[in-house]
Amino acid sequence: MSDTGSDVLIRSLREEGVEVIFGHPGGAVLFLYDAIHRHGFRHILARHEQGAVHMADGYARACGRPGVALVTSGPALTNAITGIATAYSDSIPIVVFSGQVPLPAIGSDAFQEADNVGLTRPVTKHNYLVKDVRQLAGTIKEAFHIATTGRPGPVLVDIPKDVSNFPCEFHYPKQIHLPHYQPRTEGHWGQIKKALALVQQARRPLIYFGGGVILSRAAPELRAFVEKLRAPTTYTLMGIGGIPGDHPLSLGMLGMHGTYRANLAMDQCDVLVAIGARFDDRVTGKLDEFSPLSRKIHIDIDPTSIRKTVHVDVPIVGDVKNCLQKLLKLMEGEDFSAFQERIAPWWSQIRAWDEEAPIAYTQHPDAPILPQFVIDKMFQMTRGQAVVTTDVGQHQMWAAQYYHCQEPNHWVTSGGLGTMGFGLPSAVGAQVARPDALVICVAGDGSLQMTIQELAVAVEERLPVKVAIINNAYLGMVRQWQQLIYDERLEAVDLQVSPDWVKLADAYGALGLRASRADEVEPVLERAFAHPGPVLIDFRVSRTENCYPMVPSGSPSRKMLLSDPDR
Amino acid sequence: MRHTVSVWVRNEFGVLSRVVGMFSGRGYNIDSLNVAPTLDESVSHITLTTHGDDETIEQITKQLHKLIDVITVKDHGAGAFVARDLALVTVEPPAEARAEVLRAAEIFRAKIVDVGPRSFVIEVTGSPDKIDALARLLEPLGLKQLVRTGALAAERGSLR
Repeated sequence: MSDTGSDVLIRSLREEGVEVIFGHPGGAVLFLYDAIHRHGFRHILARHEQGAVHMADGYARACGRPGVALVTSGPALTNAITGIATAYSDSIPIVVFSGQVPLPAIGSDAFQEADNVGLTRPVTKHNYLVKDVRQLAGTIKEAFHIATTGRPGPVLVDIPKDVSNFPCEFHYPKQIHLPHYQPRTEGHWGQIKKALALVQQARRPLIYFGGGVILSRAAPELRAFVEKLRAPTTYTLMGIGGIPGDHPLSLGMLGMHGTYRANLAMDQCDVLVAIGARFDDRVTGKLDEFSPLSRKIHIDIDPTSIRKTVHVDVPIVGDVKNCLQKLLKLMEGEDFSAFQERIAPWWSQIRAWDEEAPIAYTQHPDAPILPQFVIDKMFQMTRGQAVVTTDVGQHQMWAAQYYHCQEPNHWVTSGGLGTMGFGLPSAVGAQVARPDALVICVAGDGSLQMTIQELAVAVEERLPVKVAIINNAYLGMVRQWQQLIYDERLEAVDLQVSPDWVKLADAYGALGLRASRADEVEPVLERAFAHPGPVLIDFRVSRTENCYPMVPSGSPSRKMLLSDPDR
Repeated sequence: MRHTVSVWVRNEFGVLSRVVGMFSGRGYNIDSLNVAPTLDESVSHITLTTHGDDETIEQITKQLHKLIDVITVKDHGAGAFVARDLALVTVEPPAEARAEVLRAAEIFRAKIVDVGPRSFVIEVTGSPDKIDALARLLEPLGLKQLVRTGALAAERGSLR
């Protein structure tokens, strides 16, 4: 029997070094699933297509290799869109294959037909409809190339059912022909020299880095750069793990729920070095009052990120790793002791800010469990070595503040799109990527209900993910905004009617645990970490705890709320 | 400020929707749009006119570049270029104004491409301004319809 399109897909994936597909079958992809069966390719069956794409995404974030998802046509693709958009917002390299109705049926409103390419155009880096089976292998090669180079991102390949069954001799091209897609990776020497000169003049420098450092595997270079300067360093939600969160030069995360010292340092610095970060509105706060005193250097591989919202004095287009290597080369043999002396008062100022309003909490033994206490315990017990995934909301921000990740690719969170329900499926993907790592999903009781079905995958695949639900029986972040900004008019945020999580874990065949008192937190975590299978832990935390600091949206980032207002 | 931008794209399925989708998705305006194949059949040329401040135009050209199917982007901005519209104007003048319509067409170096008992169809090419001017002139003389291509642009040749 000769090869068909479906064999071409599997063989191409082998050529790309893909080891696993996260997917969900259906009518239009039956030939593809038949090939998975015949070739014995590893496939993990998600229970919802959104979950499949988040798994591929979590896989990619945890190991840096592209994740692969496979879904069928129509409703499967529309389900997958949330996952694709999540990866797009955070520039995560994934390749999604979708089934399509047979070529003659396209455009006829056939059963389970949707315009997959049209629907995903705004949320993919690029996408394809493969109309000729002879172009399938080349398209797949292009898709992986585009997904993983330049500013990474998701690519969709839509395969009509008949194309997947047309006979075709497999030939994987050696070359790709994309003469007009040439992302500029080499930073410009002249600009880099200018940047260093500007840094050397600084009295109040600040290094601000983002997910670009993780994506370009530049954490060692970043660390060497900031340690050489001994300059204060802050990071975005996506940059977590670029340097250890508790590193002496780290000011912690900045932005809407960033640290007091990081936000004030951003406000007061005179030279800002932005590295692989994009001045997101959650970072800048009110734009026209953002970091008003600084001259700005911006290193980014995507020219559209530069000067999109914030004026930059020294733009450098290039791969973060390449640019940092060049900076380090220029700094070789240079003495920075005078520079460090000059910035000593700046450090004193930063320390004073930290004393004024540190990231801290007080857990009284008889009071309800504080969410911060749970995260802090996790951090202490794992020494910051776990791979942590999160959902979206208060718990996510507490995790960012208190779990000081030590390494890149250990922090898996939906930063740009803010997708509730991301935590559990991305933890599944991360655990597949790193079978030996301790993977913890810090979940919200609201978010988790959006993708809880994927717990079955963890059980089925024997993936020992630990899901820690920060359960305040509220949609906590929305409740916090309603309290603070809408005069306590709480609407549609009460989640007291929710499943009994311990019983639910049991129903799925996972271990369910609960902690309702502070002294139960540590033993429950110990038990969870020691258990060889997946665990769901219901941490019954204080219902009313809020996440601070908080920069109310539209405010300049120096104007932070630090605690609940007195009533 | 108004800008005329030339975009050369790979002649692939769906490429126009990628370009147009970038504009609508990011809230930029397209004032006119013209697409046609080039001598190289694998390449299409798009002329579009848009407006915005310098930062907006910079973002538009960068975002266009970022599309995988886009080969080159040329913002004619301040550079030397020629821009031409083609318009077909249908006029149904009252009997006493027919001569005046013909005179106007002649002054604008337009061609009468269809004559009916009560109507003319006039073909006119020129800068967008010229076509606007002709339209204003014909308005009181029974202008019924005006269809136009939108600007087509080409760089002027080098002086050396």
